[in-house]
Amino acid sequence: MVEFTLWDIVRNLALAARWTVVLSLMAFIGGGVVGAALLVLRLMPSRIGRAFVEGYVELFQGTPLLVQLFLAYFGIALLGVNTSAWTAAALALTLYTSAFLVEIWRGCVEAVPRGQWEGGTSLALSFGETLRHVILPQALTVAIAPTVGFLVQVIKGTALASVIGFVELTKTATMVTNATFRPFVVYSCVGLIYFVLCYPISLIAKRFERKLYAARR
Amino acid sequence: MPPVVEIKGLRKSFGTNEVLKGIDLTVEPGEVVAIIGRSGSGKSTLLRCINGLEAFQDGSLAVDGKPLLHDDPKAMRALRQRVGMIFQSFNLFPHLPVGRNIMLAPGLVKKKVASEAADQARRLLARVGLSDKFDAMPDSLSGGQQQRVAIARALAMEPAVLLCDEITSALDPELVGEVLRVVESLAEDGMTLLMVTHEMSFARKVSDRLIFMHQGRVHEMGPPSALFTAPQTPELKQFLSSLHE
Repeated sequence: MVEFTLWDIVRNLALAARWTVVLSLMAFIGGGVVGAALLVLRLMPSRIGRAFVEGYVELFQGTPLLVQLFLAYFGIALLGVNTSAWTAAALALTLYTSAFLVEIWRGCVEAVPRGQWEGGTSLALSFGETLRHVILPQALTVAIAPTVGFLVQVIKGTALASVIGFVELTKTATMVTNATFRPFVVYSCVGLIYFVLCYPISLIAKRFERKLYAARR
Repeated sequence: MPPVVEIKGLRKSFGTNEVLKGIDLTVEPGEVVAIIGRSGSGKSTLLRCINGLEAFQDGSLAVDGKPLLHDDPKAMRALRQRVGMIFQSFNLFPHLPVGRNIMLAPGLVKKKVASEAADQARRLLARVGLSDKFDAMPDSLSGGQQQRVAIARALAMEPAVLLCDEITSALDPELVGEVLRVVESLAEDGMTLLMVTHEMSFARKVSDRLIFMHQGRVHEMGPPSALFTAPQTPELKQFLSSLHE
């Protein structure tokens, strides 16, 4: 029987962690772009747009990410399109991330006083101009800390992509465990790697928060 | 010359609460009109209707002879360029320095090139007595200075009429004078002004016409001296006497 050293385990896991990072980035960028589009739709005076975004948020915040992953994986296949675990995971995580980001950002936009909208409007700026030049620059400073903080949730959320066969950190851990029969060591390493990925981000988020707090005093 | 603002039978409700119950008002070019009344009498709402910050349900409103069409963004954009507004809470953009606060709208809406807009901003800052504040951030200014910047910012759009909504109510007493002096100088230069105010002596001194609003209606209207010395209605009498308590 082949002997696995601790180094073998860690090396395999560390290599797999790359895919966790890549998937996280895809989810975050995709979720950010979709979330930003939804935010504009949500803020526009149109009732239909607002209702759509509210429904979207309810749907993706109100169902488990695990179920969303299954639905993306098997649902797209039903349409006759051959899906890879990659596509399904990226899609489900993008939808999930965008539903949370749009709500986080909406809160930040609403933290900007109403008088700022009125100031822009009374100067004949259009909705888009007011949003871009007056509201968003102010909302952005408030948004950085919670947005970075949410990235941690996304990274941990990618672990669920293992269930549809996407080989990232957690899936690799299962495979390594099956080969080594040392689940405690393997999952300890996995936990440690997630922590190493997430902790610096939490620290950055906290620093942004402190900066904002200091600036507001 | 046609009237700058022409309001006929204006009605406005918030839900079931009717706050404007049929307002008729015409403002001629160069006229200074002061609106007084108790809080809740609808005076601020009336001002906010004139530049479309509030939609109204019935009646008509025209600026420079052009009707206000609330559902037509192009028409509203054209109208708002003719109507400047100054708010109680200043509403300066805190993330932009003073100069860029003033330059923003002329640049975006009137497509003014930056150098020209900057020249104009400096001229307007000099006019409100803040020549040295072009690069200052709004937070670093006193309330009176911020409100004067807000006036300069509104003037940068070269409006036909300036709406002033209790513009000194959020200021410390010692800062009220500097803002009122600027408004007075605008009046002397022939600017059309429509102002809601609690500064009675200022209203009396500067305005050509005084409007007393009560329960959503123009209750009494006339030259300020007449209204202050010989109020015709018991409501205005009561309002004026309540100020001296």
